[in-house]
Amino acid sequence: MAAAGVLVAGAVAGWRIGDDAPRPRAEPQRIQVVDGPKDDQHVTLDATFFPPVGGGRAPAILLAHGLGGSKDDTRAEAMELARAGYAVLTWSARGSGNSTGEIALDSPDYEVKDTRQLIDWLAHRPEVQLDRPGDPRVGMAGDSYGGGISLMTAAYDSRVDAIVPRITWYDLADAIFPGGVFKKLWAGILFANNENGRAPTPCGRFLPSLCAMYQKVAETGRPTDEAIRTLRRSSPSSVPGRIKVPTLLIQGQSDSLFPLDQADANARAVSGAPVSVVWFQGGHDGGDQETSRVRALTRDWFDRWLGHRGAGGGPPTGGRNQHVTSPAFTVTRTAGIDSSTQRPVVREATAGRYPGLSAPGRTIALAGREQTVQNPAGGTPASISALPGLGSLSALGDLGAGGLSSGLPRDVPGQTATFDTAPLTTSLQLTGAATVRVRVSGGPATLFAKLYDVPPDGRGGDGPDAGTPARALATPVRADGDTEITLPAMDYRFARGHRVRLVLSTTDMGFATPAQPASYQIAVTSGLTVPAVPGLHTPQQPPPWWTWALPVGAVLLALAIVAGRRRTPDSYDPALAEVPLVITGLTKAYGGGDDGQRAVDELSFRVEKGQVLGLLGPNGAGKTTTLRMLMGLIHPDAGEIRIFGHRVRPGAPVLARLGSFVEGPGFLPHLSGRDNLELYWRATGRALADAHMDEVLEIADLGTALDRPVRTYSHGMRQRLAIAQAMLGMPDLLVLDEPTNGLDPPQIREMREVLVRYGEAGRTVIVSSHLLAEVEQTCTHVVVMFRGQRVGGGPVAEVIGAEGRLEDAFLAIIAEGS
Amino acid sequence: MTRIARGAPSVGEDTRPVTGRAALPRTLPLRVEAVRQLRRRRTLVAFGILLVLPWVLVGAFEIGGDPSSDGPGGRPSLVEVATASALNFALFALFVSVGFLLVVAVALFCGDTVASEANWSSLRYLLAAPVPRARLLRQKLIVAFAYATLAVVSLPLMSLLAGTVAFGWGDVRLPDVGAVVPSGEALGRMAIIVAYALVSQLVVAALAFLLSVTTDSPLGAVGGAVGLVIISNILDAVTALGSWRDILPTHWMFAWMDVLQPSIQWAGMAKGAALSFSYAVVLVALAFRRFQAKDIVS
Repeated sequence: MAAAGVLVAGAVAGWRIGDDAPRPRAEPQRIQVVDGPKDDQHVTLDATFFPPVGGGRAPAILLAHGLGGSKDDTRAEAMELARAGYAVLTWSARGSGNSTGEIALDSPDYEVKDTRQLIDWLAHRPEVQLDRPGDPRVGMAGDSYGGGISLMTAAYDSRVDAIVPRITWYDLADAIFPGGVFKKLWAGILFANNENGRAPTPCGRFLPSLCAMYQKVAETGRPTDEAIRTLRRSSPSSVPGRIKVPTLLIQGQSDSLFPLDQADANARAVSGAPVSVVWFQGGHDGGDQETSRVRALTRDWFDRWLGHRGAGGGPPTGGRNQHVTSPAFTVTRTAGIDSSTQRPVVREATAGRYPGLSAPGRTIALAGREQTVQNPAGGTPASISALPGLGSLSALGDLGAGGLSSGLPRDVPGQTATFDTAPLTTSLQLTGAATVRVRVSGGPATLFAKLYDVPPDGRGGDGPDAGTPARALATPVRADGDTEITLPAMDYRFARGHRVRLVLSTTDMGFATPAQPASYQIAVTSGLTVPAVPGLHTPQQPPPWWTWALPVGAVLLALAIVAGRRRTPDSYDPALAEVPLVITGLTKAYGGGDDGQRAVDELSFRVEKGQVLGLLGPNGAGKTTTLRMLMGLIHPDAGEIRIFGHRVRPGAPVLARLGSFVEGPGFLPHLSGRDNLELYWRATGRALADAHMDEVLEIADLGTALDRPVRTYSHGMRQRLAIAQAMLGMPDLLVLDEPTNGLDPPQIREMREVLVRYGEAGRTVIVSSHLLAEVEQTCTHVVVMFRGQRVGGGPVAEVIGAEGRLEDAFLAIIAEGS
Repeated sequence: MTRIARGAPSVGEDTRPVTGRAALPRTLPLRVEAVRQLRRRRTLVAFGILLVLPWVLVGAFEIGGDPSSDGPGGRPSLVEVATASALNFALFALFVSVGFLLVVAVALFCGDTVASEANWSSLRYLLAAPVPRARLLRQKLIVAFAYATLAVVSLPLMSLLAGTVAFGWGDVRLPDVGAVVPSGEALGRMAIIVAYALVSQLVVAALAFLLSVTTDSPLGAVGGAVGLVIISNILDAVTALGSWRDILPTHWMFAWMDVLQPSIQWAGMAKGAALSFSYAVVLVALAFRRFQAKDIVS
């Protein structure tokens, strides 16, 4: 328990120290900018500037928020970056938070012009490091809409030095109209940002032209050319070859709004600069957002490409920091559930090269006949792949939990064609976008392609509803005749014994599907081609340092505990080799120290060979304590006991020459008397032949009871067995404490004879008793104790002297002593 | 001289001095201590329960039918795949018993060993035999650990037997994921699980042993160790304690579940093993120190 206390105290101290970091300062700013196609719109941006902790000039970072958010969303990350030594500017984009203007979806005419003027503003700050006059060293990062502005600003302003766009788009038109199918649920959520009806347009603080465009599209479910043109202008796809800065693309694996293929396209759009790609667990659909990992990766990227000033807040390094390395491709994977926290364990797998979505892999045969599927009139009921906002159910990721609980109807019978692989003989790691060729007749058909993971048994058996989505993602495709289908990009592990199921559905709740009823025949014409990236490996994480330090420390502590004990040294006096017992100045106090009551007080006496010594004294005289010290059970406070010249200490080998019976018998109740004696003798480690077992058992006189368990014995039987045990091996010194207790008169008489014979054979016996008549008849010598001290003693005849009876002599001695 | 020569009554006294440690016979041999403990009703009952429990569980599954195969969220738990194979059944049996039954068994063997001798008064005669105190503790610790190990191992072994009879030998279905592990590999994982279960019980064993040395009441030693495990479990349920719970002796007791992930997770078991071993080594050292300095008054 003491050890636990030390651990607890240490942890408290560590925690206090760790909480002592300096707090960054936040300066609210109102920054005036001018934008619009004709540069005539005045907008006030609500911003916050965080000077670098540690002072001096530092690289700056622009942190942008997501759609519908404000500068407050990025405050926590801004503080972390400021603490890491960066100057950080957060702002509410036009049409957001307390800034004026309307949202223009990262348009080059509006938001991009605003951020360029923010860079101008940074260039005038004394805290910001400059590459040239008017050109600060600056990085940009942000999620979604904020990631889009990072990419667009990097394309339009060469002063940007590094960017970390997160969960964002390459082509907004393609993201909202994948394969020409309107992603109506997500679009509705984005444009329904109405701010409780106070917003100027029905769809929130958007530019009126954008709002009108959305309403028209939502009404028809079809993209207009103008919409495509407008969305594309806000996309990196409209600025080919113009993003030339180091770019870290972080995309979510739980993201049906901007799936992994958007990051893949962005990775190819960056020209002539390093690109790293990270697939993490989260995304717009929810899941584990891995906030601390994403922020750390972002910070590492800026440390590497903006020049790191070091954790101690030293002067900024002039160039780029090559000591920080980032792998080109990182995928986070759930490796299981931590049994102690019940939370998924997420590990990074990294590769030195980003392989894209169609890495070489293997092709697995798909079974399944041609199937007929119906497109229901009105497009309902629709199957469900992902539901915005419900994606957090997929926190278990590729543990097979899928995005949705089995309670929701996933696929509607009659609208879905399924094709299965055979059960996998080895586990299959899919990294990228699988492909398959299908033949669709009766088309053109809008189909939603998904992959399911079907376990070997249970959970719906082999029925059409078996299995769980590998990822809660569906890719819409327009299929007519022979068509190659690219499935949603993902990182997923199919376990051995499971089957991979290709699911093609005519409906999906997240999309606008044709309202006309139709019927198609679908057959697969190829196997499923599954890309794999074997180069991805998870670096072994060593267990925390304390898992080896703690046991080492514990062993050292244990050694200290055991070693910090004083030992009584061995001592042998050859002059006393023939003397069975010498007690000198023996003292023992109970209750501790000098204040304690002395049970034995400066006791000294000597027993010679052949004597039968009676140890006499009233109750509490210290007889038993003396005998226990004699057996090495109690540590004396002072003085010593020597048996045949050897000093007694616990476990001293000389105790083998002592047989003892003190304060009643001690047997294992479940064993017979014979087994007790045998096992006791074997515990001494001596040869059975030395035990004199037969002679001793004769003394015990137990007859057939010898083979009964001791727990069935009477008091007298145990007493006799215990005396027999004391005599095992015929020890040179026999100590018996009240040996005749519980014996009947004939047995007492017999016992007396045994003891006398024992002494006559040249051995020594010490008997403690209160039956003075007994002692008088048995003993040759007596020692009388009173209050722990020797108050009298000598040969029995001498002690009795003139009194005539030992009892009278004893009482006289006691009276003298008190 | 390997033995202490003793005189027989007919020969007369032996006067040779007893010298040196080398002369000490091997007192309290392990075999003797094992026999002394084996014939106790307590030992037989403990093993009886552990060996019968798997058959009781088999009976329960036979009467109650297969567990539901579709848990919430479509993820089977350990109980739902319990009847999938003998190995699955053994895992389930271990899961239901590791938190309490095995704790009691381990506490029983390690907590009772010295305290019961004190209770019977046989301790003082053993010590005066003489068995040196450190040696007595060492021998008792080895035998108690051996019995505890046997107890922890016997349950899964009997479960494998009972499971094979009732559900057949086959591949293991992992809980949560539903992935299948071939029986050969699963046996290896089972060995890891049993080994970890043993290591995680070290802290219980050492605590019981310390209490056994401290008190003369076997019930107090066993009950004290079990009670502290219960208190640790209760504290572990207080999630507000956060990472403080990591240093609770029982916090990692179920870390062996990490072996049932598709890829074995070692971090939890490494932490649990380090913690359990560290507690145990310190507690055993305290037991030795205490026992050597103690006045035996039982």
